[in-house]
Amino acid sequence: MSDFWSGYIAIITIANILACLWLIKWASKKRNDEAAQGDVTGHKWDDDLEEYNNPLPRWWLWLFYLTILFGFIYLALYPGLGNFKGKLGWSQTGQYEDEIKYANKTYDPIFAQYAKQDIATLAKDSNATKIGQRLFLNHCATCHASDAGGARGFPNLTDNDWIWGGDANNIKTTILDGRVGAMPPWEAVIGEQGVKDVTQYVISLSGRQHDAAMAKAGKAQYDVMCVACHGANGKGNTAIGAPNLTDNVWLYGASTGSIVQSIAKGRTGVMPANRDFLGEDKAHLLTAYIYSLSNK
Amino acid sequence: MDTENTYNYTVVRQFTVMTVVWGIVGMAVGVLIAAQLVWPVLNFELPWLTYSRLRPLHTNAVIFAFGGSALFATSYYVVQRTCQVRLFSDKLASFTFWGWTLVILLAAITLPLGLSSGKEYAELEWPIDILIAVVWVSYAIVFFGTIMKRKVKHIYVANWFFAAFIITVAVLHIVNSMALPVSLTKSYSLYPGAIDAMVQWWYGHNAVGFFLTAGFLGIMYYFIPKQAGRPIYSYRLSVVHFWALISTYMWAGPHHLHYTALPDWAQSLGMVFSLVLLAPSWGGMINGMMTLSGAWHKLRTDPILKFLIVSLSFYGMSTFEGPMMSIKTVNALSHYTDWTIGHVHSGALGWVALVTIGAVYFLIPKVFERDEMYSVKLIDTHFWISTIGIVLYISSMWIAGVMQGLMWRAINEDGTLTYSFVDSLEATYPYYTVRFLGGLLFLVGMFIMAYNVWKTISGAKPTTAASAQPA
Repeated sequence: MSDFWSGYIAIITIANILACLWLIKWASKKRNDEAAQGDVTGHKWDDDLEEYNNPLPRWWLWLFYLTILFGFIYLALYPGLGNFKGKLGWSQTGQYEDEIKYANKTYDPIFAQYAKQDIATLAKDSNATKIGQRLFLNHCATCHASDAGGARGFPNLTDNDWIWGGDANNIKTTILDGRVGAMPPWEAVIGEQGVKDVTQYVISLSGRQHDAAMAKAGKAQYDVMCVACHGANGKGNTAIGAPNLTDNVWLYGASTGSIVQSIAKGRTGVMPANRDFLGEDKAHLLTAYIYSLSNK
Repeated sequence: MDTENTYNYTVVRQFTVMTVVWGIVGMAVGVLIAAQLVWPVLNFELPWLTYSRLRPLHTNAVIFAFGGSALFATSYYVVQRTCQVRLFSDKLASFTFWGWTLVILLAAITLPLGLSSGKEYAELEWPIDILIAVVWVSYAIVFFGTIMKRKVKHIYVANWFFAAFIITVAVLHIVNSMALPVSLTKSYSLYPGAIDAMVQWWYGHNAVGFFLTAGFLGIMYYFIPKQAGRPIYSYRLSVVHFWALISTYMWAGPHHLHYTALPDWAQSLGMVFSLVLLAPSWGGMINGMMTLSGAWHKLRTDPILKFLIVSLSFYGMSTFEGPMMSIKTVNALSHYTDWTIGHVHSGALGWVALVTIGAVYFLIPKVFERDEMYSVKLIDTHFWISTIGIVLYISSMWIAGVMQGLMWRAINEDGTLTYSFVDSLEATYPYYTVRFLGGLLFLVGMFIMAYNVWKTISGAKPTTAASAQPA
């Protein structure tokens, strides 16, 4: 901020506090024509409203002085008076950085000692998975739920259905670099009826009850449009995050309506990248925990 | 009737009765949303009954409908009685009543519809904001016009507080509500980012300071000495605490934004002035409490005085708690927890509502020309029910708040958080239930008051009552 505004802030701040002190002094002054102490002032309102001419209570005054003194000391030590940073050099950013530095120094060695071991070993180490679970609850549970069972649009991590692959390296890559799963919208390409037909075919892939005629028409569309990602047998492709359509696991809902919606309008699922935020070592432990959920 | 030589009690009667009505409405919504936190099924999957839409309805109804009506009623009564003249303009006074009623009805429609400017305690959209500004300026004209034509030389201390409240709320409302309308029901704040947050909390905290503190201190300064039949303890104290209170309160807003994008210097000033504010706030409590010295025995028999004096105890408690919570290190624990909700309600139920209820019990017989309330015993019942309700409410929220703050910062030996947010929510459920019960008790008290007021007004006038009060 400019020197002008800095000075303006400092001056009105100090002036306001000093004005309180002046006010106390001014109001405490004895006037020649005033009523005796403990007597009423002589003003009267609404028949019987009067005021005593009592002095300011001593203990209350001390309380007032004490808070003012504290205020001046605080403003000398901490930032407050415009650009003046205070004698202690404190700032909230500095406090945050100090706390982070302390935390990293204290806790990093704990994560580092696990980083050298491979995931499959760690997944059997209850101490490692305990820390991994805590990291999961802090950072992942908001979307994937505290039991890792997932929610609509957020994959279940406890089953064996992996959109991007379930081996240790795949899981770790997902955590560190994130994923974007994009299903394009097909309504404009295959039309409303086409969407319904393909839906019936997709439902048939996991052995659910379906309309055979529509499924047959849908298969023709599927073999042209969908096969590239989801594969000829509908088993999907973990390399590009195309879900398996034959296992009756439905990320966006199992109902016919939900599947119609997925095909007609498309879906975009985003897993954020955590490399900068969590770092390799914590991601390693997290991977071990998630790996342990489906590799008991 | 010679209107020039009588007081205008019509508008006082209207606002006094609506204080009771809006109190019940606002607090009933409060009890419903407290219940929704325990039993989320009470949202009924209806958008206009969801917590997020009813919460601003609750705050607006209790602050501006209940509290606002109480302030209109008492200030119109007090300014006439202590200036010994009729209100400056009957027409304008009547306009403030119907205008304010319209504002409340519009709020009750638009907020459940989800129309909101998104500013806490200032959620109403721009057309309603303009109506509020017009009503408020009319209020100022009526109030200050009456002061100008007073027949008494000195201005009574209650009127200083009402005056400060009316002027400041006008400034706060107009500055904070500045917005660019994009349609009849949607607007965007004129201020960017951190500046918007600062303006919002400059408004928000001073709404507490001037609407809920200065205004209600005006009520206290008339009704306590009247009901106790004793002079105000110290004229000097009222001068010092008045000026110190209104000048330091202005600065305290940034304590709502500790550890945010607000610059460090603004946060520090907010904290320092919040602490300096302690003594000026307590000045009002001392002046009210000490007014009773020599008449303490009246507390045993007079439930109206009980309401008024206990309101000052809660006032003293929350004005001590507030400065403590403004200290950065305390705030780091208390911020975003239910401790804040406990603090607010110790002020809102303990101070604002109790002093209002005391004043309403005083006013009803006076402005409806009855000897006294229908049942003094029911006033006493009301007092005990509401006091127990407040204690349940604020102690459960204190415990819940401190517990949440401690749970959120608890860490394991590996530096990870011990509890997830849901853990703390689960642990809070029992306290939400107690809070709901406390709020329910307070609401029951309001119904008892409504019954008592109804029986008083609908009963026959005593034959001895004068038909009009001389000015």
